[in-house]
Amino acid sequence: MSLSNVPVGRRKAAWAFVNTVVVVYALTPVLWIASLSFKTRETMTDGHFVPREWTLAHYADIFRTDAFLRALVNSIGIALIATFIAVVLATMAAYAVARLDFPGKRALIGVSLLIAMFPQISLVTPLFTIERALGLFDTWPGLILPYITFALPLAIYTLSAFFREIPWELEKAAKMDGATPAQAFRKVIAPLAAPGVFTTAILVFIFCWNDFLFAISLTSSEASRTVPAALSFFTGSSQFEDPTGTISAAAVVITVPIVVFVLLFQRRIVAGLTSGAVKG
Amino acid sequence: MAEIILDGVSKRFPDGAQAVSEVHLTVADGEFVILVGPSGCGKSTTLNMVAGLEDITDGELRIDGERMNERAPKDRDIAMVFQSYALYPHMSVRENMAFPLRLAKAPEATVRAKVEDTARVLDLTEHLDRRPAHLSGGQRQRVAMGRAIVRSPKAFLMDEPLSNLDAKLRGQMRTALSRLQKRLGTTTVYVTHDQTEAMTLGDRIVVLQAGHVQQIGPPQHLYERPANLFVAGFIGSPSMNFLPATVQDGALATPIGDLPLTDRVRRLLADADAPRQLIAGVRPEHFEDAALVDEHRRAEGLCYTAVVDVLESLGSEKYAHFPLEGERASSRQLADLAAVTGSADVPAGGPGAALVTRLSADTRAREGAELTVWCDPDRVLLFDPAEGTHLTGER
Repeated sequence: MSLSNVPVGRRKAAWAFVNTVVVVYALTPVLWIASLSFKTRETMTDGHFVPREWTLAHYADIFRTDAFLRALVNSIGIALIATFIAVVLATMAAYAVARLDFPGKRALIGVSLLIAMFPQISLVTPLFTIERALGLFDTWPGLILPYITFALPLAIYTLSAFFREIPWELEKAAKMDGATPAQAFRKVIAPLAAPGVFTTAILVFIFCWNDFLFAISLTSSEASRTVPAALSFFTGSSQFEDPTGTISAAAVVITVPIVVFVLLFQRRIVAGLTSGAVKG
Repeated sequence: MAEIILDGVSKRFPDGAQAVSEVHLTVADGEFVILVGPSGCGKSTTLNMVAGLEDITDGELRIDGERMNERAPKDRDIAMVFQSYALYPHMSVRENMAFPLRLAKAPEATVRAKVEDTARVLDLTEHLDRRPAHLSGGQRQRVAMGRAIVRSPKAFLMDEPLSNLDAKLRGQMRTALSRLQKRLGTTTVYVTHDQTEAMTLGDRIVVLQAGHVQQIGPPQHLYERPANLFVAGFIGSPSMNFLPATVQDGALATPIGDLPLTDRVRRLLADADAPRQLIAGVRPEHFEDAALVDEHRRAEGLCYTAVVDVLESLGSEKYAHFPLEGERASSRQLADLAAVTGSADVPAGGPGAALVTRLSADTRAREGAELTVWCDPDRVLLFDPAEGTHLTGER
């Protein structure tokens, strides 16, 4: 072991410590909620991190209520549709931003950044009025539309960064090899952009899935209420009963799909697929 | 296989920059033509116009007599090798090489046979199922070549295909490339900024500078009879020495001594109505250690004695550098050359700052000691400083 390895080892230890702190800080509330969801009503407030009596009653409860199941269907449907539309639009926009020089390009980027910076709460009241006038209030499109709007800047930014990573010469090479522009995009650019599209899709999906502000403001019934909004309407079996357990169980249920999503696509998110395309 | 004709081809970019002006060039069937010039001279733009990746602003491009200006790259039946190789990273070597054939809807059996044949030629058989990311630079370069060769196109276009390889490998690949082109007999247009590559590979060389063709000709012709100062200085390494020269009393006065003017040269100068102030160009190898030249020849030439500043030995030969004081050869073309080759950025560099001579390895020259070098007057080229044109080109 050479002398230079000592500081490297120490630095690694420091990084490990910092990482542990961050992970513990981020995961403790999640674990706490998970723990609450497994506690019985009587031990709910005992302050123990690990439940002393385990129960699945809260999970059984939420799946028995129609409100939660409806909300789950709404959440999945709305988030998937919004994600799909936003990613398709953003892919085209990002390709143009990364590859083409067109008049108004800077303006387009500026405006999309502006949308991302706009405080959403300031738009809730106008949106509420507009959607009521248009008959969109408390419908799926009434949530999908604003989700697309606010997801697009994020999606365009992420995707154009990915497109910029793909060497332009690959497209030229495809053209020289006899591909039409459509074939070049489908056979060369799209496969290379896939990890970027997946990453973006996950980010957009998480954004739509987690939204509470629009979900609570632009819905009024089970017709379009998503899970985060539905959670706030949870009550116990009587109005004197504390709904902490059911809310925790529901929170765990809606966190699981996101975790599964990320774990599933983690391998595809890993960048570096383009390495080896060009020199060294 | 095909004949490529560039008939007054020009490129002007939308911002008004003129990248290529009026290139007239006929590449014969099976010929290996090199476009050479410093970066930004328009050589890659010219190649891209032949490929169809850039639109042609003016003029006509014909391949086998057919106008190509409006055809998409895929309809021109030419293959291109890129500087970065541009291999598809998500495909194996086999898939990379099969890509053009699959797009052309070749039967699967043909694709397989052709890819395997090409892989054998390029020594890639054992790498066929690997991804480009797992190949070395030289292997990637060969895959890029393979992808071009596999569909037997009318012509190959190569954009600095060897410039990403290290020096030794580049030399080997250069020889292999030359052999391959001879064997396939496919018309090839090759772009490089490296004059050694241009000299060794091409049947003919096209020297470009600022979008203008300076000279077209076989390598040896360009070397011996450069059309102007730019070509003279660009071709050859180390480059030609340029000295201010004045015609005086039937001789040529230069900072290293008076050169006798032969009748031939005198006649040529008279015919060209040349000014009295000229630029003399002498290649380093046209000098020799005077001690190694026999008496008789020594008397015919010019001898120059000075202190050797730097002596570089390459084993087979030695380069002696002499600092030059006083007036330097000056010309717009020389200034351009210094700017594009970067020699103006070298401390105490620039054309005419030093005299470089190539001596036989037997020389006894030492750094810091005086040395007499002899120069062959027959090999001295004379240039017009204003226009840069070569005045002693005719024999």
